[in-house]
Amino acid sequence: MTTTTAPRAARIGAFVPALVLLGVFFAGPLLWSFYSAFTNVALTGSAKIDFVGVDNFTTMFHDTQFWNSLWLTLVFVVGSAVIGQNTLGLLIALLMRGRGRLTRGVVSGLVIAAWTVPETVAAFCWYSYLNRDGTLNGILGWFGLSQNWLYTTPMLAVILANVWRGTAFSMLVYQAALNDVPPELQEAAAVDGASAWQRLRRVTLPLIRRSVVTNLMLITLQTLAAFGLIYVMTKGGPGNKSSTTPIYMYQESFQFYKLGYGTAMALVLLVIGAIFSLIYVRLIKVDDL
Amino acid sequence: MRHRFILAALSALALTASAACGSSSGGATSKTITIAYQKFGTFLQLDNQLKTVKTEYESAHPGYKVNLEPIEAPENDYYTKLSLMNRSAKTAPDVMYEDTFLVNTDIQAGFLAPLDDMLQKWPDWSQFTDAAKNAAKAQDGKTYGVPMGTDTRALWYNKDLFKKAGIAVPWQPTSWNDVLATARTLKQKLPGVTPLNVYSGKGAGEGSTMQGFEMLLYGTHNTLYDDTSKKWVVASPGFNDSLNFIKTIFDEKLAPSAQDALDPNWGTKVSSELLPSNKIAINLDGSWLSSTWISTGSKPWPQWSTVLGTAAMPTQNGEAPGKTSMSGGWVLSVGSHSKNKQAAFDLVTTMLNQKNSLAYDIGAGQIAERNDVAADPQYLNSNPTLKFFTDLVQSTHFRPAYPAYPQVSDAVQVAMESVMTDQASPTAAGKTFVDSVKSAVGGDSQVTTAS
Repeated sequence: MTTTTAPRAARIGAFVPALVLLGVFFAGPLLWSFYSAFTNVALTGSAKIDFVGVDNFTTMFHDTQFWNSLWLTLVFVVGSAVIGQNTLGLLIALLMRGRGRLTRGVVSGLVIAAWTVPETVAAFCWYSYLNRDGTLNGILGWFGLSQNWLYTTPMLAVILANVWRGTAFSMLVYQAALNDVPPELQEAAAVDGASAWQRLRRVTLPLIRRSVVTNLMLITLQTLAAFGLIYVMTKGGPGNKSSTTPIYMYQESFQFYKLGYGTAMALVLLVIGAIFSLIYVRLIKVDDL
Repeated sequence: MRHRFILAALSALALTASAACGSSSGGATSKTITIAYQKFGTFLQLDNQLKTVKTEYESAHPGYKVNLEPIEAPENDYYTKLSLMNRSAKTAPDVMYEDTFLVNTDIQAGFLAPLDDMLQKWPDWSQFTDAAKNAAKAQDGKTYGVPMGTDTRALWYNKDLFKKAGIAVPWQPTSWNDVLATARTLKQKLPGVTPLNVYSGKGAGEGSTMQGFEMLLYGTHNTLYDDTSKKWVVASPGFNDSLNFIKTIFDEKLAPSAQDALDPNWGTKVSSELLPSNKIAINLDGSWLSSTWISTGSKPWPQWSTVLGTAAMPTQNGEAPGKTSMSGGWVLSVGSHSKNKQAAFDLVTTMLNQKNSLAYDIGAGQIAERNDVAADPQYLNSNPTLKFFTDLVQSTHFRPAYPAYPQVSDAVQVAMESVMTDQASPTAAGKTFVDSVKSAVGGDSQVTTAS
């Protein structure tokens, strides 16, 4: 044993640069936002910063607009990520199993193309597709159904756009996971007389449950923080009908200068993200994730 | 092996140290004057002008250097970025392009330096109009900026459409009812044309508050803020009447449909598409509108000056002075963190001397605030609507420039929106407004219901 482990000090020493960088660029901003959530720090309009305790959280608790934004965020996350992207991604991955090279190439090419488009570009495409003079109305105009979809159904519009954009990620995760499901198990189940649904429910899903949790967690956290897509498409409007918490947070911090209040909301969002993650882990019973 | 640990620790130290150096070297030395300003979309005039001014200043002040720092962002994001720069002494600019309605807010944050001593010694200061001198005078009575130009708002109308509908031009309504009557005639005679566009709701943002609501409210006996008691005015009769006006035009379909009017891009569509294609007959909008249609604008429309006419917005029932307008405007301010305020102020006076003010006001479609520029034939002949909009300065109003204003403005837009979409009656929307304003400005003691 000539190559014994290096002395303890040297081992720790090697991590110092990384730790310092993490501390400055990762923990620093996090701690700052934690601190400012308990102050009345303002973008402009006041020079001094006072510690206000839990005032920001009390205000938030009584702020009907905040509750409205939280509800919309929930609808957005469940609608576009949990149900939309996740289910659609799984469905496409399942359907593509065992298809020809051409079909797979064309379908995944199209789905991934939507994912590679930059967020603002995707959002603007959807804006111009759904608005009053948009393509959709050009078609629906023949049936007399023309309307500004971003006005009449703003949440549905942003949810659809987010599903369109984000499905590729779930699809790729599930494609990789399904490749690891041994075909023999499927065949054995089929021989035993299991229907397609039973094979999916009893064989495939249990085998890929770890990928399901990972995927759900990642897309939930991404969608919770989604800002650009909604901001470009509706700016949170009409009124506050699509003003999710990130949009409301932006308005309070940068348009009304209440940075402290904004960061307090960010903290709440962080907690909600953690709760979602916990629920997933519990629901799917991953003991050894 | 000990030395390896020391080496690692040292390299970590070196890293942090170099990071720290990186941020401090951005600070200006007293011989370098940094100016921060907006450069965005079609607004390139200030950038062009400042490039000339930089050369002029540097040759007149040997050894000094002007550092131009254009911020490429739309208006709201420009405010945000400028505030973020100002929050640290290391990044704060020496001179900044500042919206007058943010002056008080930024003073309370300690971003701006008072200029009174230096202004007294500047002979050109006497050339500025009284309104201009007040534009950057803060609540503490000191002056914090030198005005570059202002704007006013009024009714633009399409003479061709008016003639087609049999309405005599030139047109000058004398009351709100007069405006409504004309719009009703237009609606009856010209199907397919939107008779009257008044910006409303959250889609058009501040444009709804200033070009829309305040153009109505400041033509009543009421305002948004009472300067004597230093309180916000809520539940005034004028507020209710203004909301009723909005309700009337949307209910009777004299205005565009709420779906269209609430689109965030509605303003662009009005100026670049609907007005040039004769789809809107009357438009309550700003003096800068024609800059879209000049040959260098984003939608050249050479016929605009013959097709469109302008009329002052009347007061509610024709009360003296018979017309009303709202003005904004920008100033150049000196930053409180500037290490050489005199040199910074010299840059301001170079940019805003007679010659450069003239060039800028013509290029950017601004209303001059210097008497010697306003009287210059070159300025007066640069745009056929300029005299009309300049004269409106006599009866113009300014927004209450306090930190809570953006929130009050938002509450106004919410009230307008609930009325135009029939979600609430003007009375109910007014009640919601009272609550929003109270929570925004700090409770009952900060508001007054005096009529």
